[in-house]
Amino acid sequence: MRPFSYVRVDDAIAASQATGSGSAFLAGGTTLLDLMKLDVLRPEVLVDINGLRDASPPATMTQGGMRLSAFASMAQIAADPNIRRDYPVIAQSLNLAASAQLRNMATLGGNVLQRTRCNYFRDPSWKACNKREPGSGCAALDGVNRKHAVLGVSAHCIATYPGDFAQALIALDAAVETIGPVGPRVIKFDALHRAPGDTPHVETNLAPSELITAFILPRAPWTRRSLYLKIRDRQSYEFALASAAVALDMEEDSVRQARIALGGIATKPWRAHAAEQALVGKAINEETANGASQVALAHASPRPGNQYKIELGRRTLTRALLQAASMEVRA
Amino acid sequence: MTRSAEPAVVRLGDPANRVDAQAKVTGAARYGSDPEVARPVFAFLAVSPIARGQITRIDDRQARAVPGVLDILTHENMRGEIRPVKFISDGGYMGSSIMPLSSPKVLHAGQIVAVVLADSFEAARDGAHRLAISYAEETPSPGFDSEGVEVVAGASASKEHQDPKVGDAEAAFAAAPVKIDARYSTPTQHHNPIELFTTTCAWDGDKLTLWESSQNVHSFKNGLAQQLGIAAENVRVISPYIGGAFGSRGSLTQRSALIAVAAKRLGRPVKLVASRDQGFTIASYRAETRHRIRIGADQDGKLQSLSHEGFEVTSRPDPYMVSGTDASTRLYACPNVASSVSIVHADRSTPGFMRAPPEVPYLFPLESAMDELAVALRMDPIELRRVNDTKTEPIKGLPYTSRSLMACFDEGAKAFDWGRRNPQPGSMRDGDWLIGLGCAASMYPTQMGAATARVTLTISGTAKVQTAAHDIGTGAYTVIGMIAAERLGVPLEKVDVQLGDSDLPPAPGAGGSNTTASVCNVVAKACDEIRARIANAAVASQDSNLKAQDPKALRLSGGRLIGPDGDGEELQTAMRRVSNGAIEAYAENAPHGVGPDAIERLYRGSQTLAGGAKLQDRIQFAFGAEFVELRVHRLTREIRCPRVLGAFAAGRIMNMKTASSQLMGGLIWGVSSALFESTEMDRRQARFYNTDLAEYLVPVNADILAAEVIIVPEEDHEVNELGIKGIGELGNVGTNAAVANALFHATGVRIRNLPIRLDQLLGAESI
Ligand SMILES: Cc1cc2nc3c(=O)[nH]c(=O)nc-3n(C[C@H](O)[C@H](O)[C@H](O)COP(=O)(O)OP(=O)(O)OC[C@H]3O[C@@H](n4cnc5c(N)ncnc54)[C@H](O)[C@@H]3O)c2cc1C
Ligand code: SF4
Repeated sequence: MRPFSYVRVDDAIAASQATGSGSAFLAGGTTLLDLMKLDVLRPEVLVDINGLRDASPPATMTQGGMRLSAFASMAQIAADPNIRRDYPVIAQSLNLAASAQLRNMATLGGNVLQRTRCNYFRDPSWKACNKREPGSGCAALDGVNRKHAVLGVSAHCIATYPGDFAQALIALDAAVETIGPVGPRVIKFDALHRAPGDTPHVETNLAPSELITAFILPRAPWTRRSLYLKIRDRQSYEFALASAAVALDMEEDSVRQARIALGGIATKPWRAHAAEQALVGKAINEETANGASQVALAHASPRPGNQYKIELGRRTLTRALLQAASMEVRA
Repeated sequence: MTRSAEPAVVRLGDPANRVDAQAKVTGAARYGSDPEVARPVFAFLAVSPIARGQITRIDDRQARAVPGVLDILTHENMRGEIRPVKFISDGGYMGSSIMPLSSPKVLHAGQIVAVVLADSFEAARDGAHRLAISYAEETPSPGFDSEGVEVVAGASASKEHQDPKVGDAEAAFAAAPVKIDARYSTPTQHHNPIELFTTTCAWDGDKLTLWESSQNVHSFKNGLAQQLGIAAENVRVISPYIGGAFGSRGSLTQRSALIAVAAKRLGRPVKLVASRDQGFTIASYRAETRHRIRIGADQDGKLQSLSHEGFEVTSRPDPYMVSGTDASTRLYACPNVASSVSIVHADRSTPGFMRAPPEVPYLFPLESAMDELAVALRMDPIELRRVNDTKTEPIKGLPYTSRSLMACFDEGAKAFDWGRRNPQPGSMRDGDWLIGLGCAASMYPTQMGAATARVTLTISGTAKVQTAAHDIGTGAYTVIGMIAAERLGVPLEKVDVQLGDSDLPPAPGAGGSNTTASVCNVVAKACDEIRARIANAAVASQDSNLKAQDPKALRLSGGRLIGPDGDGEELQTAMRRVSNGAIEAYAENAPHGVGPDAIERLYRGSQTLAGGAKLQDRIQFAFGAEFVELRVHRLTREIRCPRVLGAFAAGRIMNMKTASSQLMGGLIWGVSSALFESTEMDRRQARFYNTDLAEYLVPVNADILAAEVIIVPEEDHEVNELGIKGIGELGNVGTNAAVANALFHATGVRIRNLPIRLDQLLGAESI
């Protein structure tokens, strides 16, 4: 860890102004401090935003749905009774992530901005990593890549976006509130992250000192029939090998609308629009669910070490759809 | 002095709580990196990213400019302070003969290339990150199947190596009506003890103290003295508590001498805490192995031919080899047996001991193949083992001192409800989950080494046991205390056990599950000498009601010296005839088969364990049977383990509680070694990839819902006086095969390459 200077701010506007190039917001620190100790990130200034944690309530019911403070902890939101009832996919995506200790420490804002777990990125002594060192190459392409992505990949980077919560947000058409150097704005969650393309080091569309303040969850007929299914080698404390965030609006046995996002297999939070369309008007059974899963993975592009993720991604989605269709949902 | 009506009497086998439990959970226990030394300098290592080549340039200007950085050791400024010392299996002390900082040469990725020394840990780490080291890189040979590796037959690699063989396995295989011929593999695995690899060194004049968690303090002391060219008496190694070892702290690593040199140069104590990822290459690990098994059997399941070929990967210079064929060829009766072991020298760090080093990788293929044979014969796998059970060992025809394998299978099967198992693969389901039940045998050699101990009994009824044995979390403090308490007739709480310090009388390293047998027997001997002195004085005394009795028949029990009829006198009264203060006894024990110079060698930190299949006159093993239930999801193919159960017979059990915990930990680690643990390598660079605990997977509680241990009673009067066999490693042998066998039963998919992961099941049509 390189020496840095430290400022603590307690309002959002001050935070967005305290930053400049070479600075970073410090929330729970569970991504940032790790990567600093590993010498991957070398910020010169840490702007501690933990003073904002109590500035707004973790979750508020609004006319249009719910507003989640970006400074709330993962644990607070996962335990919120309204979230658990109205947005089970959100609660589950948070609860199935990391460990209890990390969920107490980590914030929602930090969570969506967590960095990839590609170990070539996380250890600077590997030479080739375009994300860490633009233009240096990508060691994972022909290296160890069992956990890397098959969707949204490029010839420059195949790193998986590791988070869980983001899949729930993107599936539900959530929005992000920010304050930046030019003031507040609201963007679609879908527009927050970028696929690697030929600039894998640029992961989001946020301006350098733009602070995320909240996530807006719209009210919609599919949010109560929603779930997050996470598949991994061990049952907890591991990132997804594949995951699916699914929300269904059913009319009797047939799908009026579906919302689907896939995790663990893509370079960014991944919405599967075509698979959603494939389900409209259909009953959910193994055949229709499989059909949608085929569509969702149709454009996947694997490496030899992660070929299995295509089949795993499909099966994960199929299982999630079957489970969501059979959920007991109170009106 | 008041005395409770009934003083606590310790019986061997009692489930006594660990005597060190409180110290451990309250933080009072001092581990390797905990000693408080005055004004310590902190060390941080820099390690090589390349696996093979030369350092061409070291630019340390930026690193030295970091405030607080005091010095940086590299090969350029070492002055020959460290002498080469031989590898363990070549008669030396070192776990690896690769000497970092002795030349610009790099022999494996993660080799230490610099030691940054600073006033704070943070400055040392920052300095290490700012070192700019250039290399001339050569293409490395990562391991199996790669160009440039050197394959050496076991017998050429080691003078002691023998390939167990009997009859004509080739011909018998050809003639057998039922055949299994299959290849298996096990991955590289790392111990990852929670306590990181740390070293603290302090000099006082020409005397060096090393605080380092160690499974072999006398070996470390002698090895380090040799490396530094100083007298062994001038080195003291202190390691009272060990935060996990599993073999990783069994032999001296090269880091200790580097830290000793740094402390000498700076004239201050130096403390190193290596990072988790560095631990993957500066200490040892379990080598990757491959196997071919051929079994030929009769229609009734009787083995006619067994051949086991094993291959193990090691480093360039060191012939590390586990040769598990010693065990795998002796599990079942078979008239024709052939075996061979080869090692493959590649550009890797030197592997080493990891819990049941030979048996874990070598019983996986054997016990998988036995399951395959049972399937081929349409026979229950337990019945197949029964048909091939034996009381004499198949290679030399020697008798087992005891063998309760089938009793373990029968007890285990009952508790596990094996009877519910429908033998048809894929036939048992619970909703979307496929259920599989599998079993496998476990075996582990019963070994002992020469040991010494000093026991002191005081007039106030307290006792002290001193021996440089090690408690690596196994409960050694407790069972050693128990034998002294039982023999001296004092409560366990009154016994102070001191271990893990090379100033104490030497004992063997904690490896090969020998500690309980080696140390309890020698402590019993010392206690016996104390008892004899008290008893001899009593029978010769006019005022004793034990006068003229046979002194050998007198025992110390419940704070009294008593005769066979229970009559006797208070311990204090009896003791005063010998001493008003304390009686001290030092004892040595050289068990059957260790050789006449064993004690002398022990004092030089070099030991031989005798037992297992190495004795001329008999064969000593402990056995067990393990049962695993797996669940596999029909769609996503995740694998979960709701239950693992092991039944074990291992002679006398000194403490039912600590023994069960050991065996349970073994079972859990066994499941882990089948389903989770695998160190992945980037083969282009011959470099480990998943060198952290987020990516090197070990199970969480939710992965293994129930782990049960059954201890099957067994008496063995031959192995040693107390009849102890040792259980430290038995628990995690065979579990990997039981998992693979359960998986086959659940899914009809046979996986022969560990670890088993859902990737391998996704394409399966049988599910
Ligand atoms: C061992 C381990 C296992 C884990 N397992 C999982 C898992 O299974 N699933 C999962 O989803 N996650 C997992 N995580 C990741 C964890 O959830 C994230 O590290 C955490 O959510 C990050 O939140 P934080 O508040 O600690 O962020 P920080 O580390 O403080 O910040 C992360 C990044 O976001 C920036 N940032 C923080 N807040 C804001 C804001 N409001 N506006 C703009 N920028 C901001 C920081 O500058 C930094 O760049 C795991 C982490 C660890 C260490
Ligand atoms: S996948 Fe991306 S993060 Fe990983 S090495 Fe390649 S460029 Fe770097």
